[in-house]
Amino acid sequence: MFLNHIYLIPLFPAFGAVMMFFFGKRLQKATVNAVCVGAVVVAFVFACFTVVEYTHFAHGTGHPFEKVVYTWLGSGDGHLNFVKRDGTSAAFNVDAGFLLDPLSSIWLLFVTGVGMLIHIYSTGYMAHEGGYYRFFGYLNLFMFAMLTLILANNYMMLFVGWEGVGLCSYLLIGFYFHRNSASTAANKAFIVNRIGDAGFILGALTLVWYLGSFRFIDINAAARSGHFAIGDPILTAAALLLFVGACGKSAQLPLYVWLPDAMEGPTPVSALIHAATMVTAGVYMVARSNAVFVLAPTAMKTVAIVGALTAVFAASIGLVQNDIKRVLAYSTVSQLGYMFLALGVGAFAAGVFHVFTHAFFKALLFLGSGSVIHAMSGEQDMRNMGGLQHRIPTTFKTMFIATLAIAGIFPFAGFFSKDEILWQTWSSEGGAYRILWFIGYGTALMTAFYMFRLMYLTFFSPSRMSHDVEHHVHESPKSMTVPLVILAICSIGAGWLGWPHSLGGSDRFEKFLEPVFAREAVVLVEEGKSAQLAAGEKESEHTDNTEYVLMFLSLAAAGVGFAMARRSYLKAGKDYVEPIEAKAPALYTLLYNKWFVDEGYDYVFTGRRKIGDVRLGVMGAGEASSWFDSKIIDGAVNDVGWITRAVSTLSTWWDKWIIDGVCVNGPAILARMLSYPARLFEWGLVQWYALVMIAGLLGFGVYYVWK
Amino acid sequence: MADITTLHYLVVAAALFVLGVIGVLTRRNVVIVLMSIELILNAVNLNLVAFSHMWGNLHGQMFTIFIVVDAAAEAAAGLGILIAFFRNRETINVDEIDLLKW
Repeated sequence: MFLNHIYLIPLFPAFGAVMMFFFGKRLQKATVNAVCVGAVVVAFVFACFTVVEYTHFAHGTGHPFEKVVYTWLGSGDGHLNFVKRDGTSAAFNVDAGFLLDPLSSIWLLFVTGVGMLIHIYSTGYMAHEGGYYRFFGYLNLFMFAMLTLILANNYMMLFVGWEGVGLCSYLLIGFYFHRNSASTAANKAFIVNRIGDAGFILGALTLVWYLGSFRFIDINAAARSGHFAIGDPILTAAALLLFVGACGKSAQLPLYVWLPDAMEGPTPVSALIHAATMVTAGVYMVARSNAVFVLAPTAMKTVAIVGALTAVFAASIGLVQNDIKRVLAYSTVSQLGYMFLALGVGAFAAGVFHVFTHAFFKALLFLGSGSVIHAMSGEQDMRNMGGLQHRIPTTFKTMFIATLAIAGIFPFAGFFSKDEILWQTWSSEGGAYRILWFIGYGTALMTAFYMFRLMYLTFFSPSRMSHDVEHHVHESPKSMTVPLVILAICSIGAGWLGWPHSLGGSDRFEKFLEPVFAREAVVLVEEGKSAQLAAGEKESEHTDNTEYVLMFLSLAAAGVGFAMARRSYLKAGKDYVEPIEAKAPALYTLLYNKWFVDEGYDYVFTGRRKIGDVRLGVMGAGEASSWFDSKIIDGAVNDVGWITRAVSTLSTWWDKWIIDGVCVNGPAILARMLSYPARLFEWGLVQWYALVMIAGLLGFGVYYVWK
Repeated sequence: MADITTLHYLVVAAALFVLGVIGVLTRRNVVIVLMSIELILNAVNLNLVAFSHMWGNLHGQMFTIFIVVDAAAEAAAGLGILIAFFRNRETINVDEIDLLKW
């Protein structure tokens, strides 16, 4: 019953958004709460029942459930065709269809669940802000788009959701549109995402053109059919293009730059969109296309390397940032890097697992930081915090749990997922892939350090608050603390779903996802006989001592990070010195300025800064094209005009003096000259003519008389 | 007193004719020119009537009636043209009526 009406899940929040759009301005806050929060609560409950019903439907086989509501593009009977790459035709058919399988079930649950908690939290956080209904309208619209994205059964529907969440992200980053920095950040997010979206749509359409269907099921089935070689260049290109899209949406190198700036939006938005849900859309899309990626080892390597580099790069920046939300933003980028590292080494389930646990603890961290900011009357700079441990105890406790989770302390959620990723990185491919393990390991150390740095600077160290702020510090209302507590419980427990075999668990999470992912690529060898070719030993389940060693090492890394942070910041007074700044000032400057990436982009891509006299990038291109336009195009136009004028001057002269002068006026002048004697007889005085006539008559008379 | 003969009429008519011709040739005012033309025409009329009397039939008188009608028509047309012309040029001086002269 629920499963058959799965399309209602995105429609609940859509209803809320539409209501806010048309009537929001006139509604009381209580009504806004009832409609918008209610819509998401209903969606969550509905989603829970749907997933329960689905598990009965699938019976543990992971058989996907598909529901086509109507044909959106193309014709339902397949009369509208397009030509595939091999020259055969395939039906052009895009449905408003919904797909529920283990992968989308997981996303469905945590998106609606975390989304619901953040909606509730927002009623407290945004209580004193203007544009209340606008905020909730956008938030509901986001939920609609995100649910469309994860429930879509084909690439075009996914793209609708993909663009929808991008739009909502833009709207919500720019929520404080009167602040210049907010609207700039919104534009930045939108434009950078546009680059990724271009890659995504190209990749998706390449797949459609190559494999002949828009539907995930068909595409994955075709990729697994064994008709394609591993390393098929077109599939590789498609996978790489899809990954460009994932880089944009999920903030990977080199397109991650928008995410830290996205912190200009209200904190619940950062928690929901820029930490828990939207930024994982790239991971979802790659995981969704796993059968294609497995056939493209180059793309997989790219994903793994980009993921690992992003993880360590963002973590290094996070080490020294002072804005509490920026630290968390870089942490998000770094954790997303982990997820892509997992996907890249073929450990799809581990990557998804990390998405799942990360959604809880990162949402909690953001909401906690929002609670801190709320308590500090809007202060975000950790240099002006400190000593909040006993002033806002609930926020402190829950955030501490989240910190333990993200740092990977046993038995909190992050431990299981991060450890799984590191273990898979180490074991699944071997060889040079182990370098990636070292990078991931270093990142884990940094993660522990910057997270405990955040905790110490905010909660433990002596107070550095100004007197006014200190006076107003207060714990947040129930509507905010209750979601924090629930998320804290999830941050502890979510990891237990994937309790590994090595620790005596059964790793139910991976079992649940198993049917979705292609572990090995199936290729067709000659004689039409299909054979399995393992592209490395994926997701190995066997337990060996190395796994325990690695587990111990990552715990040790978390411990070391914790100890270093404690030593450096426990007693951080009003003018504490960053340890990195003291030891390596050059490195500190580099990290503090985020490796000067934004500046570099300004030089190379946007052209807001000049290299000497040369301006590169978009503005440079604009200037160059303006120069080209005014000098070359307009110059050519003007030159042509000049030539025309010269020719026409000549032509005028010719016309005036030769045609008119010689040919036309010449005969006339001649005629006038010849007619001059004749004119002398015609002087125009009628009476003279009469006189002459009379004289003539008299003359005749005299002549005849005298003759 | 001698009788008034045809010759007398002819002399008077010739005098009238010459006066008319002189008027036409010398006056610059078109109205005067038209009046002079009437004099010429009436000189002719006088001749015709005189000859009619001399011959004792009515042919000449009949012509005279025609000429009187013709003169009236000519005066009407001429004065009409004259008024139209005066409206355009504000002159009736015959020397200045030279639009067709090149």
